[in-house]
Amino acid sequence: MIPCAEDIGNYALRSVGIGERLLPRSDFTLCNQVTLIGSGMIWNLYFAAMALFFGFFLANALAVAKASRSPWARKPAEGFVFLFRGSPLFIQFFLAYQALVMLPRAGIEVMGFTVATSWLTKAWAGALLVLILNTSAYSAQIFHGALMSVPKGDLEAADAYGLTGWAKFRRVTWPTMMRLAWPSYTNEAIFLFQATALVFFSGFPAFQQRGDALYYASYFADKTFNPFVAYPIAAGYFILATLVLIGLFGVANRRLNRHLPGATRGLKYRPQLLR
Amino acid sequence: MFAQCADPKALEGLSWLMCYLTSGKHLLFYASFGTVLLLLAVTAPLALLFGFGGAMASRSRIAPLRWFGKIYTAMVRGVPDIIFFLFVPIALDQGIEFLRSRALCDNPVSPWQGNEFNVCAAAKMPLSTSPEWVHEGYGFTLAVVAFSVVFGAFAANVLYGAMNAVPRAQLETAEAYGMSQRQVNRRVLIPQMWTYALPGLSNLWMILIKATPLLFLLGIQDIVYWARDLGGAKTQAFSYPHPDWRLYYFLAILVFYLLMTWVSERVLARLTRRLSAGQATMGGEALRQAGPA
Repeated sequence: MIPCAEDIGNYALRSVGIGERLLPRSDFTLCNQVTLIGSGMIWNLYFAAMALFFGFFLANALAVAKASRSPWARKPAEGFVFLFRGSPLFIQFFLAYQALVMLPRAGIEVMGFTVATSWLTKAWAGALLVLILNTSAYSAQIFHGALMSVPKGDLEAADAYGLTGWAKFRRVTWPTMMRLAWPSYTNEAIFLFQATALVFFSGFPAFQQRGDALYYASYFADKTFNPFVAYPIAAGYFILATLVLIGLFGVANRRLNRHLPGATRGLKYRPQLLR
Repeated sequence: MFAQCADPKALEGLSWLMCYLTSGKHLLFYASFGTVLLLLAVTAPLALLFGFGGAMASRSRIAPLRWFGKIYTAMVRGVPDIIFFLFVPIALDQGIEFLRSRALCDNPVSPWQGNEFNVCAAAKMPLSTSPEWVHEGYGFTLAVVAFSVVFGAFAANVLYGAMNAVPRAQLETAEAYGMSQRQVNRRVLIPQMWTYALPGLSNLWMILIKATPLLFLLGIQDIVYWARDLGGAKTQAFSYPHPDWRLYYFLAILVFYLLMTWVSERVLARLTRRLSAGQATMGGEALRQAGPA
């Protein structure tokens, strides 16, 4: 018999609305807390994975735009990066929620079709949107810095091989940029992952008490007046997930650097505090 | 505030707006910007001090002190800072009340009873009879401590790295001149480390600025609190009825933060230039080649 089997059955998927509807109200066991806070991690993982995935593409586009010679591409990219890097994520969440709530509830009429808008005020979409924009601004700054430090020799070699335009970018510039940016980008991914803990503390309400790990941790801390159990559990989950994240990024790092001598060394986890 | 604002319902247009923006609660809202600045002004030096202590402890020759420093600096890695912001104030508050209950209560029992935390009235912190400002001040102090502990750990990381980055040769030269370990620390290591620490500390300052709205989560009446309070829709029962204006209040806060980070970036860039002068680094070399300005 697995310990906590009953709790796992009841609460393991509680954060996505499957299982027992009522949260435990008294006699909080350690099993309760570990299971429910772990269940909340589903949201943290969802936000982090989706934001990193979509943010990656947007960040690449922004970095290239920021390095562009045309002010029509450069200025908007610079403004975007400044806006999202210069203001607190917490305020961005509040602002986004207030702005999205203002959209007409019935939806917007576009050429005879009705575009529904209410889903945007839900955390899974609205908060994700903010996280995508936020991480792409930070990542764009990192990628732009890497793009600026692509060795001149590499580009000249590409020219010598007759590579131009898109082929040159895809086969020489971009891989080098990724290679240079990767350690910092790993750091940004860790910060983004930690930032997902803010989602349900800012603007976006937790629908039917479906929240993230910290939402449940603070629920327990409030109910039991004992912060010494719930918060360390949440912290443990975050450390575990961060280690997995570093492992995954380390695999990518090895692949990016596989052509270099002495590239067998892994990615070292040294937070550079880039935010 | 002004005489013509006595009857807000009779006002219209610009004069209504002027009276609205100078109402008592708005003045508190403006004052709360001061709260944020105060938090920054108090936290930054304190965190630097904590960080300095942590970095020195990590370099210590005494093992328990070194372990303490290492654990402190490793603490913030991998754990979201917001968990610490929620945890430290409660833990500190309960710790203080626990110790006070041991000293002040007649027959102290463990305050953690079931799902309650209770101490006798004499041990409450602050006392329930104390005035409102004591409660607010206490809450703010706890917040400052929480911020200082977390950012102190960040700063310890940065300063530890910076101390290791000071060229070994400079320290050895100082030793060759016959300086003691303490003299080397005071006269060479600490003055020299700043140029290496500055990029990290600049980043940290930016993070600190952007972490200040979290004060709201600690129950402080900061700008986020007032923006939500003032911006919420007001019915005719209020002196100044208006629909939901929270969006505009948050926009104002956003502009405030953008200004703060923009100004900080300018100042820090200037400071970096100043500190690089005469250093054996790339920045210093660039300044040297450019010649005297």
